[in-house]
This record gives sequence, C-alpha cells and structure tokens, in this order.
Amino acid sequence: MTLVTEPPKANFRLGMLIYDTRYRSYTIQVIVLILFLMGVAWLANNTIENLAAKDKDINFGFLWNRAGYDIDQHLIPYTNDDTHFRALLVGLGNTLVVALVGCFFSTILGVIIGVLRLSKNWLVARLMTIYIEIFRNIPLLLWIILVYVVFSETRPAPRDFKIVEGQTSAAHMNFFDTIAVTNRGTNVPAPLLTNPLPTVHLGFLPISLSLIAVIVVIAASIYANILLRRRTKVVQEATGIRPTIWWKSLLILCVPVVALLFAMGLHWEYPVFKGFNFNGGINIAHSFTALTIALTLYYASVIAETVRAGIQAISRGQSEASAALGIRPGRIMSLVILPQALRVIIPPLISQYLSLTKDTSLGIAVSYLDLRGTLGGITLNQTGRELECMTLMMLIYLIISLIISAVMNAYNASVKLKER
Amino acid sequence: MSLLYVRRDMLAPQAPPASQTGAIRWIRENLFSGPFNTILTLLAIWTLYQLIALSWPWLANGVWSDANSMADCRAVVAANAGPDASGACWAMIRERWHQFIFGFYPPELWWRPILTFALLFVALAPVLYSDNKGAVAKMCGVVGVLMVLCLIGADGFSAHTVFAAAVMAALTAIAATKPRLLLIVTLLFPFVALWLLWGGAVWGPIVALIGFMVLAVVYGFVAPKLGPVMGASIGFIAACLWWLLLQSYVSEAWQALLPFELIEVDSDKFGGFLLAFVIGVASISISLPLGILLALGRRSDMLLIKTLSVGFIEFVRGVPLITMLFTASLLLQYFLPPQTNFDLILRVVILVTIFSAAYNAEVVRGGLAALPRGQYEAADALGLDYWQAQRLIIMPQALKISIPGIVSTFIGLFKDTTLVSFVGLADPLRGITTIVRADIAWKGIYWEPYIFVGGIFFIVCFGMSRYSMYLENKLKTDHS
Repeated sequence: MTLVTEPPKANFRLGMLIYDTRYRSYTIQVIVLILFLMGVAWLANNTIENLAAKDKDINFGFLWNRAGYDIDQHLIPYTNDDTHFRALLVGLGNTLVVALVGCFFSTILGVIIGVLRLSKNWLVARLMTIYIEIFRNIPLLLWIILVYVVFSETRPAPRDFKIVEGQTSAAHMNFFDTIAVTNRGTNVPAPLLTNPLPTVHLGFLPISLSLIAVIVVIAASIYANILLRRRTKVVQEATGIRPTIWWKSLLILCVPVVALLFAMGLHWEYPVFKGFNFNGGINIAHSFTALTIALTLYYASVIAETVRAGIQAISRGQSEASAALGIRPGRIMSLVILPQALRVIIPPLISQYLSLTKDTSLGIAVSYLDLRGTLGGITLNQTGRELECMTLMMLIYLIISLIISAVMNAYNASVKLKER
Repeated sequence: MSLLYVRRDMLAPQAPPASQTGAIRWIRENLFSGPFNTILTLLAIWTLYQLIALSWPWLANGVWSDANSMADCRAVVAANAGPDASGACWAMIRERWHQFIFGFYPPELWWRPILTFALLFVALAPVLYSDNKGAVAKMCGVVGVLMVLCLIGADGFSAHTVFAAAVMAALTAIAATKPRLLLIVTLLFPFVALWLLWGGAVWGPIVALIGFMVLAVVYGFVAPKLGPVMGASIGFIAACLWWLLLQSYVSEAWQALLPFELIEVDSDKFGGFLLAFVIGVASISISLPLGILLALGRRSDMLLIKTLSVGFIEFVRGVPLITMLFTASLLLQYFLPPQTNFDLILRVVILVTIFSAAYNAEVVRGGLAALPRGQYEAADALGLDYWQAQRLIIMPQALKISIPGIVSTFIGLFKDTTLVSFVGLADPLRGITTIVRADIAWKGIYWEPYIFVGGIFFIVCFGMSRYSMYLENKLKTDHS
C-alpha cells in the first residue's frame, strides 16, 4: 500500500490546457507573454516608423554638445559653454538640494505639529487640526505658486533699499541688516574663510577640502558623543547613578567645530546695497525659496498626520504604565511613546519622502531649474530630442526613488521589532 | 444611651469651589494646566491675533460688486475705508467665475455641464449610500433643486432648465420608489456624460455602449464553459472588434437614419473646474478596478504576471506625475501608429489613470496582505474558485481595510489634476488664474483667485475624506 496517492496518469489532452488548473496557469502565462511581446513590438515598430518619418534617430550624443543657457543656481561650476550633460548634473543637484532641505524641515515641522495636535491644550490642538486640514486638502501647486507670487509681488524692489542722506529708505533689511528680501530674490550673508584649505579638482568636480574638514569634524564629534552616552549608560547600569553629562556633550559637540572654523578664519560677507542692486552675500532666487517653503508646509501636514497615527497606534497602557513609574509627561513621549511609534511611522514616512522628492518637479511652476527644468525643459526644447530626454529623465527619477526606498527599507529593517 | 458624636442627619453636598466648575475649570485644565501649556496657549492666542489683525481689515473691506478692475476696487476701498486701507477684491470672482468653472465652454451650452454634474451625484448616490434608501432620494432631490438654481443663475430661465428639471424630477421619483433602478443610471452615466459634455451625434456613445453589451453577452456564453478569465478576454476581444470595425459604420448609419445630435464642443474649450472634474472623475472611476487587478497580479502565483505587475507598479510609482503628463503630450505621438492623433484630454486621462492605478494597487495590496491566511484557506476549503473567492470573501474585506488609503489616493489624484496646466490645458489653478492675472484690468491680484480656487478644492477634498470616515464607521464590524 502506498501512502502517497499517485496522481491519475491520464493521457494529456489539449483541452487540459484550459480546464486543468495544473496547466491553465501556463496557458495564461504563455498567452500574456505573447500579448506583452506583441504590444512591445507594436510600440517599438511605431516608434521606429515615427522616427523615420520625422527623420530622427535615437542618439544620446547631444548630451556632449554646448548647452548655451544659463542656470543661476548651480552647485557645481557651470557656465553656458558647458555641455548639456553638465546642465543635467546641475539640474539633478538642484533637485536633490530642494528634496533634502524639504525633507529635513518638513520632518521637523511635521513631528512638532503631529505631537501638538494630540496635546491636551484645546486651543493648540484645534489650531494644528486646522493647519493640517487646510494644507492637506489644497493642491501643493497652489502653495508653491502662492508663496512665489507673494514673495515676488509684495516685496519691495531693490532700489527701495537705497539709503539717501537724511531720508529713511522705503524698505528695510531684516535681522539686524543682514538679510534683504527683495522682489528679485533673498540676499543672505555668505560665509567666507580667510585661510581656507585648498580645493581639489576631481575631474569635473571641484571639492572644497574646508567643507570636507567641517563635515568630518562634525561627524567625529557626533560619534564621540555617542560613545560618551554609551559609557554613561554602562556606568548607570553598574552603579544606578546617572552621571551628569550634558555639559560634556555640549563641549564635545561644539568646541571642535568652533575651533576649526576659528582656525580657518570664518567671517560673513553681508549683502550691501550699492548702485542699483545688492552686492556681496548670496542671492537666493525666489523659485528656490517658494518651492522649499511650499514643500515644507505641505508635507509637514502630511507627516504630522503620519506622526499622529503612529502615536495613537501605541496603546494607552504604555503611557499609563510610564506615568505609574513616575516618568514626567515630556519624557514619556521621548522615552516610551516615540521610540515605539517610530516603527509605525517610518514606512509611510518613506513614501512621503519619496513623493516629496518627486514633487520637486513641480518647480516647473516657478521656473526652478531642476532636473526637469534643465534636461526635460530647456535641453529638450533646444535639441528637440523628446524621446531621449524623457527616457533619461524618467530613468534618473526612477533611480533616485529606488535608492531612497532601498535606504529607508534598510533602516526600517533595523528598527523593526525582532520577533522569534 | 445616646451617641451624641454621631451625626444623625446627612449634610447636603456643597457646591464645588468656583475654580473647580464650569468654564473656569475647563480653561484651567485645557489651556493653563502647567507652565508649558500656558506658554503654548499664549503663543497660540498671539498667533491667532496676528492672523486676524492682518487679514480681518482686508476681508472686511472686501469689494463684492461695483468694480470691473483692480483700479475700481482700490478706489472703492479707499472711499469706504480710507486711503491706506487694504481690501479684498472679490469683484474679480463675480466677473470671472464662469472661466473658473467652465473654462471657455460656450455660455449658451452651460446647461450641459451643469446637468452632467447633477447626474454625477444621481449616479453616485446608489453607490455612496447603498443601504440607505431615504438618503438616496433626499440627495437626488437636493441636487435637483440646487441644479435648477444654478441653471437659472447661469443661464436664465429657458427650455433647457425645464428639460433638466424634468429629468432630475423623474430620477428623484425613481429614487424615492425604486432606488435600485438608479444603478442603471450609474452604469449609463459615463456615456451620457460623454455625450452631454462633448456633444455630437447621440449614436456614437450608444453604439459604444453596445460594444459593452457585446462583451457582456459573449461573457455570458463563454464564462460558464471556459471560466471567467477566458470569458472576459474573449468578450473583450469581441467588443474591441465591434469598436474598431463596426462602431463608425453603425453609428453613421443610425445618424443618417435618425439624426439627433447636440452641438459639438471641442476639447480645447474645456477648462476650470469642469476640466478638473472630468479628469478627476474619469480617472478615479477607472483607476480603482485597474488598481485591484494590478494588486491581484502582484500577489499572483504566476511568475510572469507577477513580474509584469511589479515592474509596472514600481516604474509608475518611481517617476513624477509631471513626467507622465509630458509623456502624454510629447511622447505618445511616437508610440502610436503614424497619423493617429487623439484628444489631449483623453491622453491625459489615460496617463493620470495609469498613475493612480499603480498607487491604488499598492493600497489594495496592503489590504490583501492584512487579511489572515485563514480567509484564503477557508475559501479554498469551501471549494470556491479563484474569482469566486476574490469576489465573495477576499475583496470585500480587503477593500474595507484599504478604504482610507484608496480615498486618500483619490484626493491626491483630484489635487493632481491641477498639473495638467503644464501640458497646456486650462486647469482652474494655474491655467485660468494665469489668464485672469494676465488681464490688464486685474493686474496685481493674487490672494483672491487662489483663495477661491483653494476653497473649492478644500471643500471637495475635505468632503471626500469625511465620506471615507463615514464609510469606515458604517462598515466597521468589530466590537467596541
């Protein structure tokens, strides 16, 4: 007697391809594959025919031609004599800068608003609810355009800042005469070094060693601070007494950076009104400011909702238990609730960072020259190579998205509950 | 013996001290319970005061009529409130509201979009309130009355008003007596809307509808023998044959036989919220079923289908909507056979649908993943096949879990309809507002149009999110 029932060895009939569930999935897959390949072939064929009809070909060589247009905001050196490829890189850099700044500020603002929305303070909670509902339910595009229009139409022209002897000027600079917001842009002080470290030219990309040095020192201080906290924890667990370390932390975090900057001779160059416009300092275009502010305000409301949902997902027992242990309300939030809520918050937060990054492409509304503005905008219009530009642009956005989600998923995996 | 120290009669309870009752206690507990809270409250009050102090004079001095340009507005404000006062110029909306709502749709035909919009609610009512018969009839009635008011406001009292009112009255009567019949309106609505909005011969949409009937009939014949998948595919092929080969001949023949048409309106006349709603409603209604299919494909056992679904979803979610829209306007001409040139609105609807279908697919997949395995196993144990199990057991639960996500995708989609301005369509936010602001008469106006457009978006999106909360509550079956 065999324990395993042998499947009936019926002769294979053609009908079984449809009626027999064992074979049907193969039938369906083969049909789908054929249809898919036919579809792809059809599209490819159409594309070839259309390109032939317009006397075009697929050729990415145009990327090495002279771009011929200016980009005001560039992170790497760029002039209009550079290639389209370099313009692409500049645009990519601008996209990433807005995305990074937007993610950073919207996270801070979003966490504050999300926590305050759950506050016991009736007035504050209501205000935060109103903020969230207003920003969530109105298109991001409106905020971008509105902020831009308000900046560029309500602010005074640079000439209004002119100071004539004996008269008060029509407009004033803000923050102790360091920042001037005109209708053309925001003039902020520029950091300058009297004795900087040399700059290394790495092929096309100049790298300022001073900046690297600052970053390295900050990273080292943070690492040293982590070591200090770890040691404190060991001491606390061994003796039961937590040594006071806040001043040590402060010293470790601040002194090296300040010392380095002092050694390099950091000073600020303030924007000064001269002739017809502001000289010195850095001029930040309103397109960048508007895009950043709008993305921050809008995504803060979205992130606030995520944070609120995450906090509410933690059962009341946790906060009650901590209260019973005698922990103060502020510390309950930071020591008990937030670390647990973080696990719930992070996955949706990842997708919000992703959408924020993709929404930087709305900079088109305020003529911000990001990746879409350079590669998918001016380069595309100048060269007339829609197919190549669009494909390349989609590919780059796709790669950015995949990288963000990969990094964030790795982080998510590391904070996930370790179960059996 | 008497125990004199024992009180014989109970004292009446005393009223709590003044600081522990009523408004004072509430204010103490909710606004000033500690130093931190007090600071927060004071900050909030200060912010509110600043906001009101800034915006109130501007709102209060608002000019609603008697102005046809920014200069008029400023003159009126100066006359009413003094030379330095600021005032809103709502007169712009009084003058330009029709562009914000209808774009460049011919004024004598405004009754058509208005009727379509009213029919949209009639079509939605049986879906939105599936178990509340009274609400359906009430909704139809209210929408009908509002529609008549809008028609009279926009168009004056005309034959069209009477016709539209009669249609709505008949539908309300049906809703009050046999609400289930309204589902037919729901099914017919896309074709009716297509015809009412774009005009042309009535036979086009009718013959297109017959294509779906062909699909249904073929499915009815084939599905019992070969299963639902084969039935649907063969039916779809038959319907495609109908649309591609017979559609134009049949509709032309009928048009020659029984000519009946509305004045045609070109797609470039569409604009404003009319455009936003056309794109939004069309994409929302197609993207949900498509998203469900994609989610099922992603969880399929069949490797090829799974790979294709994953590739599609991840690609679409990885690129910004703007690039998809530019694909619609720039690249589609390369992918389609030479000399095909179809409507830009249709192209945009297709791309927006694809975009939001990928997002819906992920939301539905989350709902599917949240179902315990036991549900699938129970369905198998009952002997249900794949589609029966999906229809009867899996989907009702999975969709219920994913309602909030689906609705927020829809809200996102509706907000994203504003992006179509970048491919040259006149959306209310950027398209129309730019036109208004470019007019020399309204030069320098910025808060008012954005507040108006943002307000309408807010109402629609907020309404959708409230409805999703209502639906969640209604479908909630767990305890507590």
